[in-house]
Amino acid sequence: MSPGEESREAAGGAATATRSPLLQMRGIKKDFLGVHVLHGIDLECAAGEVHAIVGENGAGKSTLMKILAGVYTPSAGEIIIDGTPQKFNHPLEAQQAGVSIIYQEFNLLPDRTVAENVFLGREPKKGFIVDRAKMERDTAKLLHEFAPDDPIAPDELVGRLSVAQQQTVEIAKALSLDSKILVMDEPTASLAAHEVERLFDRVKRLRERGMAILYISHRLKEIFELAQRITVLKDGNKVKTVNADEVTSAELVKLMVGRELDQYFPPRGDPSKRGDVKLRVRGGATEVLSNIDLDIHAGEILGVAGLQGSGRTELARAIFGADPFLEGTVEIDGKPVKINSPKQAIAHGIGFVSEDRKTEGLTLAQSIRDNVALAWRGLARGRRSQLSINVKDLCQAVELRSRGGLGQEVRYLSGGNQQKVVIAKWLATEPQLVIFDEPTRGIDVGAKAGIHDLIRGLANEGVAVLMISSELPEVIGMSDRIIVMRNGQIAGELPAGPTEAEIMFLATGEEDIEAKTEADLAKIQEELSSAGEGGKS
Amino acid sequence: MTTSTPPVAQHPGPAAQGGSQRSAASRFWRALTKTTTGQVYLALIAILVICWAVVAIKGSNLLTIDSITDMLIRSVALGIVAAGQTLVIIGMSLDLSVAWVISLTSIVAAVVMDGSNGNIVPGILAVLAVGAAIGLANGLIITKLRVNPFIATLGVALIIQSIIESNWDGVVEGVAKGFENSLGYSEIGPLPIAVLLLAAVYLAVWFLLRYTRFGHQLYAVGGSEEVSKLSGVRTHRVLITAHVICAVCAAITGLYLASRLGAGSPLVGTDGGYDLESIAAVVLGGTYLLGGRGSVLGTLAGVFILAILDSTFNALEVNAFAKDVVRGVIIIVAVAAYSFRAKGRRVRKIGAGPAATGNAPQTQTQGANA
Amino acid sequence: MSTSAAPVPEGPSGVGEGAPSALQRVFGALRAIPVVWYLTIVLWVWIAAINPLFAEPSGFLAYLKQAAPLAILAAGAFFVLASGEFDLSVGSLVTVCVVVAAAISDGDPSKTWPVIALLFVIGLIVGLINGVVTTIFRVPSFITTLAMLLILDGAVWLYTSGSPKGALADNFREIGRMGIEVPVIDQLPYSVIILVAIGAFSAWLMRRHFGRQVLAVGDNDRAAALSGINVTRVRITAFVLSALSAVIAGILLGGFAGVTAQVGQGLEFEAITAAVLGGTVLGGGRGSVINAMAGALALTALFSWLNLQGVSGAFEDAVEGVIIIAAVAVASYRLREGS
Repeated sequence: MSPGEESREAAGGAATATRSPLLQMRGIKKDFLGVHVLHGIDLECAAGEVHAIVGENGAGKSTLMKILAGVYTPSAGEIIIDGTPQKFNHPLEAQQAGVSIIYQEFNLLPDRTVAENVFLGREPKKGFIVDRAKMERDTAKLLHEFAPDDPIAPDELVGRLSVAQQQTVEIAKALSLDSKILVMDEPTASLAAHEVERLFDRVKRLRERGMAILYISHRLKEIFELAQRITVLKDGNKVKTVNADEVTSAELVKLMVGRELDQYFPPRGDPSKRGDVKLRVRGGATEVLSNIDLDIHAGEILGVAGLQGSGRTELARAIFGADPFLEGTVEIDGKPVKINSPKQAIAHGIGFVSEDRKTEGLTLAQSIRDNVALAWRGLARGRRSQLSINVKDLCQAVELRSRGGLGQEVRYLSGGNQQKVVIAKWLATEPQLVIFDEPTRGIDVGAKAGIHDLIRGLANEGVAVLMISSELPEVIGMSDRIIVMRNGQIAGELPAGPTEAEIMFLATGEEDIEAKTEADLAKIQEELSSAGEGGKS
Repeated sequence: MTTSTPPVAQHPGPAAQGGSQRSAASRFWRALTKTTTGQVYLALIAILVICWAVVAIKGSNLLTIDSITDMLIRSVALGIVAAGQTLVIIGMSLDLSVAWVISLTSIVAAVVMDGSNGNIVPGILAVLAVGAAIGLANGLIITKLRVNPFIATLGVALIIQSIIESNWDGVVEGVAKGFENSLGYSEIGPLPIAVLLLAAVYLAVWFLLRYTRFGHQLYAVGGSEEVSKLSGVRTHRVLITAHVICAVCAAITGLYLASRLGAGSPLVGTDGGYDLESIAAVVLGGTYLLGGRGSVLGTLAGVFILAILDSTFNALEVNAFAKDVVRGVIIIVAVAAYSFRAKGRRVRKIGAGPAATGNAPQTQTQGANA
Repeated sequence: MSTSAAPVPEGPSGVGEGAPSALQRVFGALRAIPVVWYLTIVLWVWIAAINPLFAEPSGFLAYLKQAAPLAILAAGAFFVLASGEFDLSVGSLVTVCVVVAAAISDGDPSKTWPVIALLFVIGLIVGLINGVVTTIFRVPSFITTLAMLLILDGAVWLYTSGSPKGALADNFREIGRMGIEVPVIDQLPYSVIILVAIGAFSAWLMRRHFGRQVLAVGDNDRAAALSGINVTRVRITAFVLSALSAVIAGILLGGFAGVTAQVGQGLEFEAITAAVLGGTVLGGGRGSVINAMAGALALTALFSWLNLQGVSGAFEDAVEGVIIIAAVAVASYRLREGS
């Protein structure tokens, strides 16, 4: 895209928002240890504008916003707020310059009250003492201004609030900081339908107050309801900034996903060679999941797609016994089994390559050798003696190349090699079913193909594979079958090679019929529970 | 569970002023039954009743004026250290050097006063300065050198121990008679002056925690250092201040014990087991050992509980060393009980990112029920 | 101070890697030796320079004999520290062993072996309680074991009514103070043999499943649990090993220290100091048991050296305090820089 085209786009947008933009980000680049994540992004947002940022996972949205919030420093480019160039070395500096960011994991203290959280670090004083009355009064006022419909007591403990209310407190905190720019990262990801409506109302009020809001979301419906302009990012590049009223959702999806399928994926298995059902779940439910009916066959890769918070990881953890199913039946090879701990799952031949390698997959200060042998060491003695372990062969099998030898601590390995260590760890237990949760997250493009080959190789050897991924091309390119999760349930199943749009429709439930009944259900539930409260007191 | 109506007879005071929207009596009842501190006081009453009954069966009385005064006096030394210990534990730290600080400051008091009433004020000032300096050292080692608090304060304890052992090997005479008579043994009306000192310390610490920025931020730092930092709290300064106050509290206890003994003693702190006992009192008082939650009034109840048990053991003529055993068991049981309760609460973690292993809907329902 | 090899940077492309010269290789090998060994050797040489007797076999063996109980405790402490916990009860457990042995056997040599068996049972029970309360009841280990310290100390005083009674049988005391007659070096103390045996056993254990699991659990207990490792069992076993090391140390100390209620006082902290000096990282996951034992040798040598310098015994505690704070501060600084 040429710079000329770019500025015309921007000018078109600025017309909607009158004055000069409050926030300008110019040519922002970022690389982590030589891996380029952002390739020079321009973005602007005017006061009183909701500017949506969309793009697939890995497009660079979060990195860009973290740069704005002072969490990362950009490798190149500048940030201009109200005409003044800024350089943030710490989140506090960004905060002082008027930028607040609301992450999905809130930055609140559960054991403190709402008012104490809002004014943390800036408690108003009257002489020596904290003016608690003023603090609570101001908090109440702030809350009332933009959230009059959901009264939150300023002296309530934050840990007792619902997620939606906690989010409201975060917004109040941003307002009390006199923030001019508010970044919201997937704010609706963990909200129920009726809460989403309230959030929209809040965002609109903030917009009317003249705040500039950067709104990251996957859900196109929300974006069209709220945003004036939309910036589409892809692979660390800006694709386009468009006015919301000049684009349809189909066009937007095309901009987001319209990539050349140059990525290499190993060839799929022959469907006729698909083995018997390895794992069968019927009526599986946890606190998060419900109605899970699932078959995974030997030798196939079953892909799992869905938005963040749709229950993908929970499904994996339930099968693996980390947060086991509370209801329903699980069968392996047709025999009913009970899996209540990872140890039992492993004994049944299940392996789990988890989403977060560093906290759940590896012992970082230990050697490659010890990490590869980790799961094998957890096996029962009898089984362990059946499976002799040869770390060197396993490393060769996963094509792990380390110049430091097998004694090297894994924390010094690259992401791709770390992931290979995790896979080798499970190979050592000769698993029948391996669950991959985001197998290529944080792995550079070159190394991804290697991981994909390994996964397909496993399936070709008759191992059943469940692969969760939020990268649609990966799910589509790898899977023999795909299930799509939404709200803790399986929303639908697709055969090999669906389009990205098909998956997105199932994942977001764009057809409103279902969403509406859900909203109704939630309302009824709320009424019931408030009636229950009334009866109690 | 249905809440029963409050037994009004038991709380005549607040009930009398009942009025506005919710009567003061019912609010008091709520505070007593619903908050951790309230529950600790209920436990205190229960323990008192049980102990009184057990002692009564033995044919003596636990609740004479004399023995109550005795219990209060017993509570003074431990209570003051425990108040300071509460602060550092709320800040997710710990101070195991207090016992040696008490010994050292009792000696400092004796040495500086040197038997002269004219030196009382310099003696007190010197003791407080020594306490503050040690607290500062603890705080700096923990925050700036990032040494685990438990190791840091034990290390400092060893250093103080050395200083004491290489300079004094027995009781150090020299505490001014005037000081001994005033703080140690005089009374205002029926109340020993030491009890007033205890009350003053608790009032001060309670005020600090509830009404000052330092107090607010200390809870925040104990709850999450990261969140506090991101909100602009100077976490190091807060923690160092807490450590200074804690050590100063220990120094005040040292002063008090010096006034009781009329001398400084190298072993008065460790013999009293003030390091562990103060932590025990804090934990019994419902303060969360991993920081961010707790109250100094709860600690006071914890101190009283330990004092009542102590008096009961004495009345029952239990071997002094059996008391150590019982205390050890009490500490473990208290922490275990509390960590089980905390387990339930920790699940209610804030936010609900995808990595939060799916506590999100759970959080919502729990929030609604609370 | 740490045992970890120097980080080998692993870039996507191998840039500028020439074959290391012989000198570089020697230098690299020297750097791979943990600091604690250099410290120990420097102290040995220094002490030998002041007191030539130290360089004689008998003098050196006497030093090893003196260091053995602490080194054995350091090995025990290592397992608990490496699994991410603390054990502060070992000092009082040492006292319990000495006092109980004296009171029960009361100088009767025929009771020595049954008494030793009893001590191991006591150690096993103490270790199990420490481990179970810490892992299953989720009480922080320093509280559990501090309370255990209180309980054991109280129990000792209760049992002895203040002054230990009885006496250790001669054959019990021989374990700590005597040895096998060997031609050249005169006498090889039993305690040195036990020390070497325990060192070898611990090193062997660290190479087995259990040792690797201890480090994995201390490093990242969540990942370990998700890999099917029984975190609870590993930690309880670590506490049991620590308690058993205290029993052995108690048996040895009974030989050359008298029967007092103070015999084990402060040993828990000395053992942790030794382990940390030997590169064990608090919080778990790093370190080597042999280096932890070397930390005990260094600490004992340091105290001997201070003694030779005419520093009073009371000063030893201050030195210990400074060493542990400095060692932990350095380790936490290095961890921060390394990551």
